[in-house]
Amino acid sequence: MQVPAHFEYQRATSVEHAIALLTRHGPETRVVAGGHSLIPMMKLRLAQPEMLIDINDLGELAGITVAPGVLRLGAMVRHADLLGSAQVGALLPVLHDAERVIADPVVRNRGTIGGSVCQADPSEDLAGAFCALRAVAVIRGADGDRAVPMREFFTGPYETVVGPAEVLVELRVPLWSAGSAYLKVDRRSGDWAVAAAAAAVATGPGGVVTEVGIGLTAVGRFLAEEAEDFLRGRAATEANLVEAGRVAAQHCRPTADQRGPVDYKRHLAGELTTRALRLAVERAA
Amino acid sequence: MGHGSMLRKEDARFLRGRGRFVDDIQLPGMLHAAVLRSPYAHARIVSVDTSAAESHPLVRAVITGEMLADRGLAWMPTLSHDVQAVLATDKVRYQGQEVAFVVAENRYAARDALALIDVEYEPLTPVVDAQQALAPDAPLVRDEIDGRTDNHIFDWEAGDAAATDAVFAAAAHVSACDLLYPRVHPAPLETCGIVASSDAVSGKLTVYATAQAPHAHRAMYASIAGIPEQKIQIIAPDIGGGFGNKVGMYPAYLCAVVASVITGAPVKWTEDRSENLMTTSFARDYHMRGEIAATADGTILGLRVRVLADHGAFNGTAQPSKFPAGFFHTFTGSYDIPAAHCRVTGVYTNKAPGGVAYACSFRITEASYLVERMVDVLAHDLGLDPAAVRMGNLLRPEQFPYVCATGWEYDSGDYARALELALEMAGYDELRREQVAQRQAYEETGRGTVMGVGISFFTEAVGAGPRKMMDVFGFGMADGADLRVHPSGSAVLAVSCMSQGQGHETTFAQLVAEELGISPDDVEVVQGDTDRTPFGLGTYGSRSTPVSGAATVVVARKVRERARIVAAAMLEVAPADLEWTKGRFDVRGVPGVGVTIGEIARAAHSDLELPEGVEGHLDASCVYNPPNLTFPFGAYICVVDVDPGTGQVKVRRFVAVDDCGVRINPMIVEGQIHGGLADGIGMALMELIAFDGDGNHLGASFMDYLLPTAVECPSWELGTTVTPSPHHPIGAKGVGESATVGSPAAVVNAVLDAIGVRHADMPLTPAQVWRAVQGRPMRTDLAVSDGW
Amino acid sequence: MVVNGREHTREIEPRLLLVHLLRDELGLTGTHWGCDTSNCGACVVWMDDVPVKSCTVLAAMASGRRVRTVEGLEGPFGLDQVQRSFALCHGLQCGFCTPAMLLTSRWLLDHNPDPSEGEIRSALSGITCRCTGYENIVRAVRHAARSEAGS
Repeated sequence: MQVPAHFEYQRATSVEHAIALLTRHGPETRVVAGGHSLIPMMKLRLAQPEMLIDINDLGELAGITVAPGVLRLGAMVRHADLLGSAQVGALLPVLHDAERVIADPVVRNRGTIGGSVCQADPSEDLAGAFCALRAVAVIRGADGDRAVPMREFFTGPYETVVGPAEVLVELRVPLWSAGSAYLKVDRRSGDWAVAAAAAAVATGPGGVVTEVGIGLTAVGRFLAEEAEDFLRGRAATEANLVEAGRVAAQHCRPTADQRGPVDYKRHLAGELTTRALRLAVERAA
Repeated sequence: MGHGSMLRKEDARFLRGRGRFVDDIQLPGMLHAAVLRSPYAHARIVSVDTSAAESHPLVRAVITGEMLADRGLAWMPTLSHDVQAVLATDKVRYQGQEVAFVVAENRYAARDALALIDVEYEPLTPVVDAQQALAPDAPLVRDEIDGRTDNHIFDWEAGDAAATDAVFAAAAHVSACDLLYPRVHPAPLETCGIVASSDAVSGKLTVYATAQAPHAHRAMYASIAGIPEQKIQIIAPDIGGGFGNKVGMYPAYLCAVVASVITGAPVKWTEDRSENLMTTSFARDYHMRGEIAATADGTILGLRVRVLADHGAFNGTAQPSKFPAGFFHTFTGSYDIPAAHCRVTGVYTNKAPGGVAYACSFRITEASYLVERMVDVLAHDLGLDPAAVRMGNLLRPEQFPYVCATGWEYDSGDYARALELALEMAGYDELRREQVAQRQAYEETGRGTVMGVGISFFTEAVGAGPRKMMDVFGFGMADGADLRVHPSGSAVLAVSCMSQGQGHETTFAQLVAEELGISPDDVEVVQGDTDRTPFGLGTYGSRSTPVSGAATVVVARKVRERARIVAAAMLEVAPADLEWTKGRFDVRGVPGVGVTIGEIARAAHSDLELPEGVEGHLDASCVYNPPNLTFPFGAYICVVDVDPGTGQVKVRRFVAVDDCGVRINPMIVEGQIHGGLADGIGMALMELIAFDGDGNHLGASFMDYLLPTAVECPSWELGTTVTPSPHHPIGAKGVGESATVGSPAAVVNAVLDAIGVRHADMPLTPAQVWRAVQGRPMRTDLAVSDGW
Repeated sequence: MVVNGREHTREIEPRLLLVHLLRDELGLTGTHWGCDTSNCGACVVWMDDVPVKSCTVLAAMASGRRVRTVEGLEGPFGLDQVQRSFALCHGLQCGFCTPAMLLTSRWLLDHNPDPSEGEIRSALSGITCRCTGYENIVRAVRHAARSEAGS
């Protein structure tokens, strides 16, 4: 079996402790939560941190709370716990749709939502969902908290705005949508997405889409603002949903890999956007 | 007692976590090894500097190709008349090839030391596309062989070319199709591994290894390393799945032996998953052009196949050595095809060696896929129902024994009965009606799924094999069996075959129990230890039951005949006056006068006076040389739902009717079939090793090499017919690989049936299905790119 | 760390994986491994009563926690019901994935005593079996559920 290279290990007793450790030990220090992205990369020696800070004891980051107008998810919420929350499923079905197709149930027992978004894998399922929902990331550093919209959180593949001495502590999800959905095409259950689309909608009188969020997975960008701009203010007719999909497909930037060629992924971006919108609208009704 | 669905004896340890696999073995002072591998597919080695690794405080030895060359061990023979580098000396020929072997005090340190070895490579252009391997300007893979100017390994043919050509020239209809059976991997859950322990004082080498063929391994170590055969003991403990991955000898095994000799300590090496997928024992990689000739109403007249076989950098296929394409020439399958011819060309490429593995029955997977795909292509082209075309061309019961156009003598079969049963279980006509309705609904709404029904009918040739027909590494393929009967009447059977999950401890005990009339609980089965078992060639190619199983029955019957003599002495009658009923001999016509096998066993070991020439005891041994292979067959029907908008496939149902002759333990037989059916889903839909233009392996972990999970598999629907083998002592045939061989074509046929496409190559991933719907299926052996 | 109810104390390297601690240090070789990437699931154990893939957990992360392996499944009154059902339904062949399948099945039944076929398949989807085609594993879990409901 492949094994990680040497590193130091310390358990954080609080977020502040974790930040202090990160500050003290420098940029080759990594936070480990579930470890299901980081540890395999360390075994393959694609990641070789000098120090790991284990934040699994930080129960303060594991909360799921519904406040007026906002769902607050601690960064250490495990995938299984998010999926196990009936309240989350009722308020934001897109999150349950996405959670159901992340890896497998045993991995979901351990993996955390904060770990997933911080890994910033372009094929990661929650990124698109949180972008569609216009969630906000709360990042804590030595100087206190800062809030960054998820749409600005990712700066590139495997890169985020979280600084070397910062810790993602919470995701705040505004509860504006009346219906939402996530649809993914994969080669096998548990596989990373070939492509996926998240959609959230709010509708007004006459079936007009008053607000819409669309997030994409594995097609080069998580956002599809052009498609949102097209649909916002228009009626949620089949023709408009298909057109929104077409716009999303047009603006995505997939690359070819063993999951599929560009034309297929672009097609999927459109097809899944339309289907996710359709389901979100149905759920809104 | 005897045959039947008895629960497995081996489960008691596995359920408690008490199985003993190679990596579980800890010996005192044991060292751990790791292999440094080439990052390049093709590169000249300029230099190897091991000094930093050697100065690692926990490293005990670093072995390089040059060190092996000094001992004459840098190259080793393959099972296919070629040689393979143990550790590369001149150049590396595939990504992942072994370059150096590090031995350290623990497995973590061994891994760390790999990074300390400095190898300078001069990269060369690799041969990646098998279809370009024979191009005049192709780089030379095997430039170390004197006089070699190209990458051609062999041409081999079977059948009558001229007669077949004549049939094609006169045929009313010919369909042709290019088919790729991509490179896949058996990927047992347990990777390959070894613990080698050399004793400098006694000269004895003890090897614990994941070995499906322990006796063959012993012979190869003796031959390669020059160690006297009686000083080598190969022990195969529990094996966590084999599927052909654990038949051959791998370079790191030999390195571990050398390392143990050098260090004087036991050395353990266990593959990691990437090493497993990249370097040991891939399967298939057959580029086939099939042509089928028929009458306008679908009567098949001839079958012609041209194959380009990608064997990788060394010709190391593990198969009977007279057959460079294995048993591919069973490609006429289950049909009465008067004329057939195949020509196979093997080529070298810059990929790992292998090709015969993954429950393929020596390339019958490729053959079966070819013919079953071609029959569907024919039905597609002629507008005929694929079930009807099959039914019209299947061999008929009265034709057996049947000699096919390429020379195989099929032992027995009732094919129509099996297909009829499968069609009935599936509700074929109703499925076709549903398909039409669903297709119509899809076309009206543009939403939802379309369904497809795929059929395959396979015949296998398993139980290699008759000494007059075949050998491996010069060894005839007869198997021994030793049966010792204790004074109490309990017994110990020793066989050369080796379970990797097939349940030999149970099934083989049942065979003895049935023949001797004792309880299977009173029979211990010894396997996987060359010092305790008779010679034989191991378990692969579904040969355990046809060969070692037959040997077991024969040796048990030998014991029974010895028991008859002892019983006759006990009862003071002539042996011929005794009548055997299960477990006892009775005096014919004298009710109630007889002795049990237990009483006979005690007497055989007592001071009872026996006839002259009978020494006592009941023990016997035998060697079984099978008169022919056995020919199991089956009819498979797969039902899929396909989403044309995304290309996603859901396997809804799978009906499998198998006929493997007499079933010793039907529960175990069904389990074997279940596993093979899942393999079919895997190969047809997701399993793949492709390479990019630089020769990088694109399936090097389970993130990229996908195996089916419980979610992709439907609940299998099994049916049974029983057509005994006329030459096997109890009428049994092999079954371990039947479903792996037969099922991929059914899945592929179903998906293509759903989307109305004539052909697209496996694996039918969502991308490939969508591309096929667009009329632009991809070549799956190369990296997905946008060039197509 | 408490493993199968027994406390163990060790000085370890931070990088030691839980699966190696269990197998190499504690001799609990019933926990297997089959990949490097937390896909195959052969290494599943319970940590603080939840199934996890022990090849992707540092032994240091398991310090102070409770671990249960296949060796801890058999109770004072004999085999656990899932062990009995796997034998009765022929839910194992080579035995390599079996410990992980048993532990995951036990956990499933503890939380969902009457799972549907689909729920069972989904719950086991993180563990690969190369031998059984999953059929008899699913049957075994159903069998165990029925047996426990009946008793």
